[in-house]
Amino acid sequence: MLRLENIHKSYPMGNQSLHVLKGIDFGVESGELVSIMGASGSGKSTLLNILGILDNQDEGSYILDGTQIDMISETAAAELRNRHIGFIFQSFNLLAFKNAAENVALPLYYQGVRRRKRNAIAVKYLEMVGLADRAEHMPSEMSGGERQRVAIARALIADPSIILADEPTGALDSLTSNEVMQILKDLNDNGKTILIVTHEAEIAEQTKRIIYMRDGKIVEDKSGTGHV
Amino acid sequence: MFSLDQWQEILQAIQANKIRTFATAFGVFWGILMLILLLGAGQGLQNGVKQNMMLDAINSIWIIPARTSMAYQGMPAGREHPLMEEDLESVEENVAGIDLMSPENELSGEFDVRYGNRAVSFPVFGADSEYFGIKVSQETVNGRSINRLDDEQRRKVAIIGEQAASVIFDEGVDPVGEYVQIKDVNFRIVGVFSFESSAMDQAQRIYIPFSTFQSVFNTSRDVTLFAVTTAEGMSGQQLEGDIVKFLKQRQTIHPDDNSAYWVHNQEEQHRSVNNLFLAIKIFIWIVGLGTLTAGIVGVSNVMIIIVRERTREIGVRKALGATPASVVGMILQESVFITTVAGYTGLVLGVLLLEGINTALVALGADLQFFNRPEIDLRVALSALGVLVVAGSLAGFVPALKAARVKPAEALRAE
Repeated sequence: MLRLENIHKSYPMGNQSLHVLKGIDFGVESGELVSIMGASGSGKSTLLNILGILDNQDEGSYILDGTQIDMISETAAAELRNRHIGFIFQSFNLLAFKNAAENVALPLYYQGVRRRKRNAIAVKYLEMVGLADRAEHMPSEMSGGERQRVAIARALIADPSIILADEPTGALDSLTSNEVMQILKDLNDNGKTILIVTHEAEIAEQTKRIIYMRDGKIVEDKSGTGHV
Repeated sequence: MFSLDQWQEILQAIQANKIRTFATAFGVFWGILMLILLLGAGQGLQNGVKQNMMLDAINSIWIIPARTSMAYQGMPAGREHPLMEEDLESVEENVAGIDLMSPENELSGEFDVRYGNRAVSFPVFGADSEYFGIKVSQETVNGRSINRLDDEQRRKVAIIGEQAASVIFDEGVDPVGEYVQIKDVNFRIVGVFSFESSAMDQAQRIYIPFSTFQSVFNTSRDVTLFAVTTAEGMSGQQLEGDIVKFLKQRQTIHPDDNSAYWVHNQEEQHRSVNNLFLAIKIFIWIVGLGTLTAGIVGVSNVMIIIVRERTREIGVRKALGATPASVVGMILQESVFITTVAGYTGLVLGVLLLEGINTALVALGADLQFFNRPEIDLRVALSALGVLVVAGSLAGFVPALKAARVKPAEALRAE
């Protein structure tokens, strides 16, 4: 359902340029649970940004759900992100002045769904992640694990074809990390395609496929482990 | 773009950031408030000066004979040279460019105005019907003014000032149609007039037709003073010169004698007063626009800060599907909303303050010589507000556009 071919990305660093991605090729099929492993600086976050159309590649082709992502307008990219991609961030990225339900409902706001309707849908998704009673709470009143579950509900609400999670447990203790991973695994069991970027081996081991990155290249693509 | 949903988004953002909202709002509020107060004060000054100086038509010229200051053709300096009715008729016939013209005489000596068994002392004047076209600040509030037929038929009619009427007649009595006796002669009152200026006692006057005045009270046919207005296309200065030159010749006065007539040329005065007003207005506008500019700069600064502060939020929104247009729209709408509300508040408060000052002045009976009725032209106020809102949105537009162009990946790294 997504396919990367020969992706290159460089960042200007003063008068030099830092070559972060040096030809990435891989694909993800529908229903997969994939992790991208690598040390910091390996280029995995940059790769995730390109996958999420949060940044554009310098070179190479990226096809998402049959759409060629190359030189598309920012408006078209916004539309694609809204409908096809759900994001989960390390730092949750909830809006501080909105309560849990409003945060979850935000993607539907950009689809033009009426406030009442989208907030009702949001509560259903909060139920799915076990936070039905927290709908009216502000992010500041919630624990890290709860916030990440709110973020997961937000990533799911538009029913995207893929979930991109950037170090989803990076800011959590091991107990809540397991809770969050359990939710992600359950989602995958129900058919959701999920791609997790992490530097923690025990997180990666819980996925069905691990892609190892080093110095901007894929060094190993290992299928069939974990997720028992 | 301007849906109810978007309004809710914006109100929420504003509520979440009370301090920065207040900072933006205050700059705008203050700018508009100061502008309104300044303009109002300037108008008050103008009204005050007008009240004291602009009792007559702008194009009127008043001429009163005085003593000569130069000997001429065997006649000594210091000679009096009263005007006679014939002199005026001659001026009217021979000097071009006169529109309206009227003599004015005041009844002299000890006399009362009597009504029933009431006797009060008020000044009585004789004037032509055209006189009331020259004295524009006088307005008929009841009945009519003196007309041409009154002049021609020497009717014994009178019009009376409001203040005089309120003293002579009891409340509930309509003065129009009543008879008063002036020096034992009966005059029927045909109208009551008000006088724009409260500072002058002209609303105590009683006017009767000039022809009647001369035949009943002043058989010597002399005239104390007269007034003319310039016909269209004629300059006041030119007409003044023509009339004075003609009269000097007629009354055998030295052509260079500049104090033989006391001349009040409203146009001249009007011009100098207007120049003063213009200077004041320019000053006020410079100060006002300065204040307004400060407000606009304030708005721009705050908008830049807002956009910087919200970069991460904008990144999140973009990741969730916000289009560049919706990001620009969100920031613009917020900026326009804040400037409009704050500006409007400043406008309303400014107008209320001006009205308050006005009411206080009236209530205290304060008669400030050069300050009266501070007020503001609503169109000016609204256009100032409009300029501020447009400037505020432009101020928000540039940073908003910048924010919308930032790659979401970059925006998400902010802070």
